[in-house]
Amino acid sequence: MGKYTDNPAAVAALVEQHQVHRDTYIDQEIYELEMKHLFSNTWVFVGHDSQTPTKGDYITTQIGNQPVIMVRHSDNEIYVLYNRCPHKGTKIAIDRAGNTGKFFRCPYHAWSFKTNGCLLAIPLKKGYADTAFKDSEANHGLEPVGDVKNYRGFVFARLAKQGISFEDYFGEAMSSFDNMVDRAPEGRLEVAGPPLRYMHQCNWKMLVDNQTDTCHPMVAHESSAGTAVKLFEEANWPEDKPKPMAMEIIAPFMSPYEFFEEMGIRTWPNGHGHTGVHHSIHSDYTQEPEYWDAMVAGHGEERTEEILSEIRHNTVYWPNIMIKGPVQQLRNFIPLGPNKTLVESYIYRLVGAPDYLLQRTAMYNRLINAPTSMVGHDDLEMYERAQEGLHAQSTEWINIQRLHTEEENYDEIAVENGTTERQMRNQMNAWVKFMTMTMSDKVEAAE
Amino acid sequence: MTLTRDDIIDFIYDEARMLDEGRFSEWLDLWIPEGHYWMPLDYKQTDPDLVTSLLYEDDFMRRLRVERLNGERTFSQKPKSRCHHVIQRPFVDEFDLDAGHFVTNTSMHYIETRLDEQFLLAITATHELRLVDGKLRIANKRVDLLNSDAAFGNIQLLP
Repeated sequence: MGKYTDNPAAVAALVEQHQVHRDTYIDQEIYELEMKHLFSNTWVFVGHDSQTPTKGDYITTQIGNQPVIMVRHSDNEIYVLYNRCPHKGTKIAIDRAGNTGKFFRCPYHAWSFKTNGCLLAIPLKKGYADTAFKDSEANHGLEPVGDVKNYRGFVFARLAKQGISFEDYFGEAMSSFDNMVDRAPEGRLEVAGPPLRYMHQCNWKMLVDNQTDTCHPMVAHESSAGTAVKLFEEANWPEDKPKPMAMEIIAPFMSPYEFFEEMGIRTWPNGHGHTGVHHSIHSDYTQEPEYWDAMVAGHGEERTEEILSEIRHNTVYWPNIMIKGPVQQLRNFIPLGPNKTLVESYIYRLVGAPDYLLQRTAMYNRLINAPTSMVGHDDLEMYERAQEGLHAQSTEWINIQRLHTEEENYDEIAVENGTTERQMRNQMNAWVKFMTMTMSDKVEAAE
Repeated sequence: MTLTRDDIIDFIYDEARMLDEGRFSEWLDLWIPEGHYWMPLDYKQTDPDLVTSLLYEDDFMRRLRVERLNGERTFSQKPKSRCHHVIQRPFVDEFDLDAGHFVTNTSMHYIETRLDEQFLLAITATHELRLVDGKLRIANKRVDLLNSDAAFGNIQLLP
């Protein structure tokens, strides 16, 4: 046992409102406690139900460090099961996606399970006849996670059997998901192809922090976005010719500080928040009339106006995803260790919308989120330098003080200047809450 | 002078050498402006446009990429990356002298390095070449990574 296990006071002491101790980013024991507590007590993104459209379809993924299967059962509901045979531990499925038919069959000893996890059959079952097998855990089949919620196609799970409800956990924060889905004329999304998979040698929270960090784009991305703006100016582009789609995407990264200050940040309880309350870097995208017409046919003019005038930037759903409603994109920051994070970036098709929107969404993904993307190179360089720099025997604290006030209450919804680091403070406030809520206090009890 | 299959093959070798020696501006001039440099994300992907690719770059994006590599504030290129292509003799799959249209298929090992890190990609490059004013030009280039669905760190240069 290290210095943080069973010691909620020591864990809580790592977070002050205006600064965070480096152990939250570099310490192995803290990472393991995050997996055990934070990723068990919170609602974590699993997948989209269009990834498993027909009965028996499944995907394999992970919640924190826990291997799980998301599968569509014969009742058409989505189940999330631990990917572990109750017999010897073999992973039941390892394809990233597939169809298992009516049941899963373990490839090791052919134990089989219904797609809701129930044990179906064991070969040579008489071998257990005179044992107390029916009382053993192995008899329970593939264990489901604590709770599952399918919200308008997006599947979330809470590993812990008891805990906060989905509604209490997210509250009004789901408005960004609503806006993303409402942007489809038919009111639903479909996943478009496999995700980008980008490996980062840094802590997962650096990526989460970066999503609402509005003081870095004009600095870290000067190399890509700044160069793009310069090349475009030199190209003497005719005014009547439409701007290239790539320029629409990349040029706003160079917007001045005032633009980001004025766009605003909203924070919600439990660590959720978004940039782009009033406008965002996605505000000036070209809109074709045929999309407007399709939206009006699906939603009516008033609702269409309402939906399309909400142009949020990044919404963080604590702990580890970000969505961009206007771009139909979701990034999943999967923690693989204190200094290793796999980023999976998904795109979705607006059902009923013209193709140019999906074309832009796919372009955004490869220009910004790919391991081959210049913007991605800019960011990863900063994360990896920080991950190494944090080990310096200098200060042990990370500063998150920009626009901090003494009166901040993270249980209240707030809208503030778009360059505040309040959302990072909000995240770490939620970090302490969900890290310590199920932690026993053996250390204090012993004293 | 008539173009031979060897001229086509030499062109592919010359391009690889250009990239390895960091002569990126010369490399840009090999392209027909309308051409695309495509690196699919999915094995045997057919659509470059409506699903995600690793790269699908037109003339503007290629120029931006090369310009950025030399930028004063391109921190991910301080220090700079280097790359190395080991190529197998290209197959000339299409050789249409009259139309000035040629297609090659080339297996390569691509190595990229920066600081203490180095990685290897096994790739198959498909080049579509055209004759323009008597010179061979890249009309389109598709690079398939053997492990395109794997998780990568930064790939900063041009496989």
